[in-house]
Amino acid sequence: MGIEVGRIIELWPEIQTAFFQTLVMIGISLSAALILGLPLGILLFVTDKGLFWENKAFNSVIGFIINIVRSIPYIILLVALIPLTLAITNTTIGPIAASVSLSVAAIPFFARLVETSLRETDKGVIEAAIAVGATPWMIIIDVLLPEAKASIIQGITLTIISLIAYSAMAGVVGGGGIGDLAIRFGYYRYDNTIMVVTVVILIILVQLIQQLGDYTAKAIDKR
Amino acid sequence: MIQIQNLTKTYMTKRGAVTGVDNVTMDIKKGEIFGIVGYSGAGKSSLIRCINLLERPTSGNIIVDGKDLTSLKGGELRKARLKIGMIFQHFSLISQKTVYNNIAFALRAAGMNARDIDVRVSELLEMVGLAEKRNVYPAQLSGGQKQRVGIARALANNPDVLLCDEATSALDPNTTLSILHLLKDINRKLNITIVLITHEMNVVKEICDRMAIMQGGVVIEEGQVYDIFADPQQELTKEFISSVVSFNVPEQILSETEGLLVKLLFKGAMAGEGVVSDMLQKYQIKGNFLHGSIEYIQERPLGIFIMELKGEKATIAEALKYLESRATLVEVVGNGN
Repeated sequence: MGIEVGRIIELWPEIQTAFFQTLVMIGISLSAALILGLPLGILLFVTDKGLFWENKAFNSVIGFIINIVRSIPYIILLVALIPLTLAITNTTIGPIAASVSLSVAAIPFFARLVETSLRETDKGVIEAAIAVGATPWMIIIDVLLPEAKASIIQGITLTIISLIAYSAMAGVVGGGGIGDLAIRFGYYRYDNTIMVVTVVILIILVQLIQQLGDYTAKAIDKR
Repeated sequence: MIQIQNLTKTYMTKRGAVTGVDNVTMDIKKGEIFGIVGYSGAGKSSLIRCINLLERPTSGNIIVDGKDLTSLKGGELRKARLKIGMIFQHFSLISQKTVYNNIAFALRAAGMNARDIDVRVSELLEMVGLAEKRNVYPAQLSGGQKQRVGIARALANNPDVLLCDEATSALDPNTTLSILHLLKDINRKLNITIVLITHEMNVVKEICDRMAIMQGGVVIEEGQVYDIFADPQQELTKEFISSVVSFNVPEQILSETEGLLVKLLFKGAMAGEGVVSDMLQKYQIKGNFLHGSIEYIQERPLGIFIMELKGEKATIAEALKYLESRATLVEVVGNGN
């Protein structure tokens, strides 16, 4: 049961397709996290106690919903969201369909990371902006986001890597992708070659993303 | 310029309500530099933060330039804040923005267009002496330079009032002095009213016209800085003053004195030593200087001497009367041995 080069060549088109599917899933769900999770995280922060849009009721409700979604194991979320997936994508299989549940998992995950990043902002700087007569919008755009930028980049890195892990589980319901390939060939058919190749691809992917994230975060930080 | 009326600020903590500022009333005049001194926890920080409503007073009113800020909200309050600059102990600059953009931020808050911002930022940088640091990030600046950016940002929209929240407390003595001189300069050139809080008496001595001393949320003494230095009433005030102007004669020397110990104070340009030598010629007593210094408070001299007087009791009493007629303050501080 060694690694067979011939088998890799034979299944190369399939590996390529799977890789592409993984990218699609991560691309869609990451976009959803950025578009919806980022504002959600900002709202969580600015409605918290002592901030300029303090609103305990709103903050608690949003926080509670986020916690609920985050408590559900992904595999259960995946199954529970089948009706929603069907309604949105008209199908329950394939990477596009899998992206629905991935997005639902990624949005609250990233929102919490954004909130945590914003918390690291020096309160004095926010205060100075208020004292200068800046509007809440200006404070978000010109103070909070720039100050938390490096930390948010790290959050994006973490979100992508978590999505890679989740997307492997999406393979269980026919989501496709590298993880799915590993499960289908490696786990069900004892195909060690494919198993090893897919795992190696995943390791390289995660390493690259982590390094790119670290590098970017460091490069843009002016502190 | 700034009327603080019956200002009270209480904080709700887990252990119940804590009073930060307790029914403070003061009137700060246009163009003056007003210093509020106190130890940490005295309520001075809460007080200054109430002036621009960074903290909303529990009760009382803040009237700046005739406008009651406590009645303002939202956009109106933001507009009022454009005319009240503030600088901070830890500078509070946006670390991810250049010096230029930190200052431009304040101008954008006032709705200024990009071309005017460019002109105004250049003016401000020139004024605080940082023209060549325009495109540098705060991390590359020294503490004093960061505070200069803070000052430029605070002055961006031509405010009437500048609030300084422990603005020099994080700086070394030399830098402190240069920042104080800059503030004084700005005060003179722009006729801007400056309110500063500090725990360093030398800051007040250097630049303030009037001052208040706070303890436990209450103003315990208030007046012209020179007068307070010359004749402090409260124990705490004396303690603060002794940190810059020392009246203390070492114990050992005190134990060796035999005559009467008197403290003499000479205000203004009066030649203290001349008065003393006149007195010694006039009366048959001996005098010893144990301590003497001339402090310059806002460039006005204040002479403080501690003398030992020896001679006959009656003659000394007469001599003291003579001194009282010529010195500002004569105080018997000890009887000798």
